[in-house]
Amino acid sequence: MNPKAYKYTKDHEWLCPEGDNKGKMGLANYAQTQLGDIVFLDLPAPGTQVEQFKKMGEVESVKAVSDLFSPASGKVAEINQKAVDEPKLVNEDPYDAGWLVRLELSSPSELDALMSSDEYDKYEAEASAEGAQ
Amino acid sequence: MKRHYLLPDISQAGRIGCSLPHLDVPSSELPPEELLRQELGLPEVSEVDLVRYFTALSKLNYGVDTGFYPLGSCTMKYNPKWHEDVAKLPGLTALHPYQSEQSVQGALQLMYRLQEYLAEITGMNATSLVPVAGAHGELAGLLMVKAYHQARGDKARKKILLTDSSHGTNPASAAMCGLETGVVASDARGDLDLKSLESMMNEEVAALTLTMPSTLGLFDPKIAEISQLVHERGGLLGGDGANLNALLGQTKFGELGFDYVQLNLHKTFSTPHGGGGPGSGPVCVKENLIDFLPTPLVTEDNGRYSFMSPPKSIGKMADFYGNFGVMVKAYAYLRSLGPEELKRISEDAVLNANYVKEKLKPHYFLPYDRTCMHEVVFSGKKQKAKGVATVDIAKRLLDYGLHPPTVYFPLIVSEALMTEPTETESKETLDNYIAAMIEIAREAAENPEVLRNAPHNTPVRRLDEARAFRQLDLRWEIDHQKK
Repeated sequence: MNPKAYKYTKDHEWLCPEGDNKGKMGLANYAQTQLGDIVFLDLPAPGTQVEQFKKMGEVESVKAVSDLFSPASGKVAEINQKAVDEPKLVNEDPYDAGWLVRLELSSPSELDALMSSDEYDKYEAEASAEGAQ
Repeated sequence: MKRHYLLPDISQAGRIGCSLPHLDVPSSELPPEELLRQELGLPEVSEVDLVRYFTALSKLNYGVDTGFYPLGSCTMKYNPKWHEDVAKLPGLTALHPYQSEQSVQGALQLMYRLQEYLAEITGMNATSLVPVAGAHGELAGLLMVKAYHQARGDKARKKILLTDSSHGTNPASAAMCGLETGVVASDARGDLDLKSLESMMNEEVAALTLTMPSTLGLFDPKIAEISQLVHERGGLLGGDGANLNALLGQTKFGELGFDYVQLNLHKTFSTPHGGGGPGSGPVCVKENLIDFLPTPLVTEDNGRYSFMSPPKSIGKMADFYGNFGVMVKAYAYLRSLGPEELKRISEDAVLNANYVKEKLKPHYFLPYDRTCMHEVVFSGKKQKAKGVATVDIAKRLLDYGLHPPTVYFPLIVSEALMTEPTETESKETLDNYIAAMIEIAREAAENPEVLRNAPHNTPVRRLDEARAFRQLDLRWEIDHQKK
């Protein structure tokens, strides 16, 4: 369900490490189900410097506007224009076609602070269970 | 029966709704063809068809005069019809804003008294009636905060602190003033987290904006400590008065340590709103902010009333004097009730909310299980676990002929359902709502599909909100008809 090769944040975002110290990020499936239908994405412009766990954009759903945090520090290399044009991609395919931002990572060792998919599976299960109390 | 939602649906070429007398003056040419906008496709209908069209639409309407309207944070109380009689008095409607003060003494007296009453109710020293909406009053408050610090030569204070349960208008108003915002966390009881405030309250903070009671419908017992901390560190304490209905005659913002509070005459003071009429958002202040109030204020000198502008006023915020008609209705409300009855309003509002809370507690998750004030916030978590979202519960209520509560707000409660019954509802009305909510909880457990596809009995079924957001289209065009 949650891709094995990805790393995850407590804010229910994922980062997929790529070669050349790059990485793609997006919203985890749990985040998109909690947000509901996403209608607008405000993503940082390419070239923007971002810091790990700091706000870098906004995600607007029919329910509310939520902050988008950067899973790692670095520079915005590219944003997914297709998702900006068609935000429902984030709901339909959060781990692939619905990716949001490609980052050039300035300190790859930061990724150690993220969760593995096994850890995140547990974290997500706890979040869901809390919702079911 | 086919329903017509747009006038062009009943348009017939050449049909007209009026008959004009014969032309007895020389006719003149129409403007040249290129200036005529063919794409408007104006509908052509007869008078009777037009009347039936609008009457049919009006019958689809829902309001406080139709049924229960527990929209939390909005105080959708009944608006007594007597207020309309008062507001219609020719002496009040036939005034012109440019008339001399001399000739409108009665209207000025009414405004003066309302200023005084609102100041007394909130424990403040002065009131400006000018702002025309709640958020407009918030803006007035923050502009005064800014002017206050500037007048003291303190230029570093550019930040407004809010709580994570704030109304969305709070950060929006701050942004409108060019101020930054910082969000103070709530603690496990739903109150403001003092440690979080302690760490954020520094010399850059101009004010803390606090809703009292909070949007969780909870009274923060630490308010004295909060006020002390904010003031010790040079900030002001601003009140969002949206929930004043819980406090009327019980306690006063001024006594709780607030420097100003913005009110909503269209909520607490029973003037029609929510598509039913314009708003009014007076702002009441302590001594330290009087000089900055938005202009004009009404003053009295030996029984003569006149307009005045405070010396360092933030200026004019609305045409003329604000929404005078709304002030008249709020004044009528206060005069018809008097101080003792005002107290009963908050008592009954709080009692009604707690009654709903206790009755629904076994069926819906209650995140903050303590005595609430005028509204109660449940979470649809239990139902969400069965695949039924809060939006499904809200839509299903429509099938029961009830207006849903506020949903997905405040943001710190997942799947929030915020019910504000107000004092004007009878036990039978509350019981009817409670029964519907319990029935819906049962349906969520046994037959969730019914909820996911709700509403079933309304003139239109569930609207595609996501599509409405993504493909916003507010203009009818002639091509639509062809499509």
